[in-house]
Amino acid sequence: MSVNYEVLSNRAAPTSETKLKTEKVNLFYGTFQALRNISLDVPKQAITAIIGPSGCGKSSFLRLFNRMNDLIIGARVAGAVEIDDIDIYDKDVDVVELRKRVGMVFQKPNPFPMSVFENVVFGPRRHGKTNRHELAGIVEQSLRQAALWDEVKDKLGQSALALSGGQQQRLCIARVLAVEPEVILMDEPCSALDPIATLRIEDLMRNLSDDYTIVIVTHNMQQAARVSDMAAFLMMEEDRAGTLVEYGPTSQLFTNPKDKRTEDYITGRFG
Amino acid sequence: MAVTAIGKRGLTQRTAFSLLVLATAIVTIPVLFIIVYIIVNGAGAISWEFLIQPPSQAGKAGGIFPAIVGTLYLMLGALIFSLPVGVLAGIYLTEYARDNWLTRLINMAILNLAGVPSIVYGLFGLGLFVMAMHFGMSLLAASLTLACQALAMTITTSREAIIAVPREYREGSLAIGATKWQTIRHVVLPQALPGIITGAILAMSRAAGETAPILVVGAAFILPGLPGSPFDQFMALPYHLYTAAAHVPGMPKVTVWGIALVLLAVVLSFNSLAIFIRIRVRQRRFGL
Repeated sequence: MSVNYEVLSNRAAPTSETKLKTEKVNLFYGTFQALRNISLDVPKQAITAIIGPSGCGKSSFLRLFNRMNDLIIGARVAGAVEIDDIDIYDKDVDVVELRKRVGMVFQKPNPFPMSVFENVVFGPRRHGKTNRHELAGIVEQSLRQAALWDEVKDKLGQSALALSGGQQQRLCIARVLAVEPEVILMDEPCSALDPIATLRIEDLMRNLSDDYTIVIVTHNMQQAARVSDMAAFLMMEEDRAGTLVEYGPTSQLFTNPKDKRTEDYITGRFG
Repeated sequence: MAVTAIGKRGLTQRTAFSLLVLATAIVTIPVLFIIVYIIVNGAGAISWEFLIQPPSQAGKAGGIFPAIVGTLYLMLGALIFSLPVGVLAGIYLTEYARDNWLTRLINMAILNLAGVPSIVYGLFGLGLFVMAMHFGMSLLAASLTLACQALAMTITTSREAIIAVPREYREGSLAIGATKWQTIRHVVLPQALPGIITGAILAMSRAAGETAPILVVGAAFILPGLPGSPFDQFMALPYHLYTAAAHVPGMPKVTVWGIALVLLAVVLSFNSLAIFIRIRVRQRRFGL
């Protein structure tokens, strides 16, 4: 059985250079094992999609890369998670520095209840930038990169909460870009948006992937097929721990999956 | 059949509705009655002289100016001491303290503090601030005593306001490399501020009405003037009201009601201020 996915086949294969890497990683919440033995190389300046059924640990996996799981009491990581060959769970790693390099966009747009301007400069300000002129430059550049500048340039002083959902999400992306990260993690960034806003974010992601390494968790398989270069399929085992079933170039995973379970999932037989 | 069933349901609904209205009335009407009664009986005493002159003839003549100012001083003093401690304790308990038996015990102790009878705070203040710390019977000792009593409320409201800040905001801040303290300082506290301020003002207006604690730590019935320093004794509205009503033979009734009216006005205006601030900040936050 075949389902047609619109895969961007004209895209060049990602460079072989690895940006992020997990090596036999296991994640525990207390006694519950959320992830088991996941090894995966995320290529630089490409989009890697994580797909899989609800509860399989996609978000938990994504949050390994900026150590957001640290916020959960009882969370424990075994195995290695690396950025540029540095283990980010090493004792010497400064989590704050790590999160500057690895930004994150969340499922629900979460602009701060401040002006558009203050939202974008929130990160740079916290990292010590105070020059008004410089900050204004950062705002324009970040908003342009996030394809939001033309819509908000006349209302930078207005509350970010007055923007539409899609605009809010692009503002959140601009807020991340303002910190000049190397990696952007996206946790179902379009699940709260309408189809038009979703397509705008997808276009934006494609443009950003020229400069940034992007990892996106998505429920929407069409989206994964449309935007990603690489795709990883995660599934739960009997004990509900998430494991990696298949990982490879998106075109291959969606048109010619190697594993029967991947095929069942992408053809809609379960999940 | 169906018609009677609906009729029965309609009756049940009407009965329930009437009960709710009745309960609301039982709560509201006495309050309104008290307010109206005090206004009607006390309005005659209110005059410019009453508000700005010191008392004379054991309070039977003259005004209550020192008592009004004394009460405002007490509120300010209690605010200065209890707000910073309350907010910092609230931050510590919500953001930093581990969730273990000790933290739970502390939280429970704080909740119980609110239930301690106010005279106990007075005796505590007498022992600690007046005697052990040698502040004497003074405005300072009374402010600190009222601050201790207000702490239970400022800590609790600060905690609740901080907990109510959505997790998405904290994550958004942490995820772009803000430190935990930066996140608290620039995201959590501004969000929690209206709640914290409201709680602090309500705690102050409660402190304004307290009689028992200040009775033993420095309130005086009649003073010719205002306290010159924090170490002086002071007059305060609730204590003045109590003494005037119960211990001065021949005190004109209208003066007593007048004092009550001024105290009520002070407390209600601070409560209104709290509500006003809450509404204003909420509007500003949503860019309306």
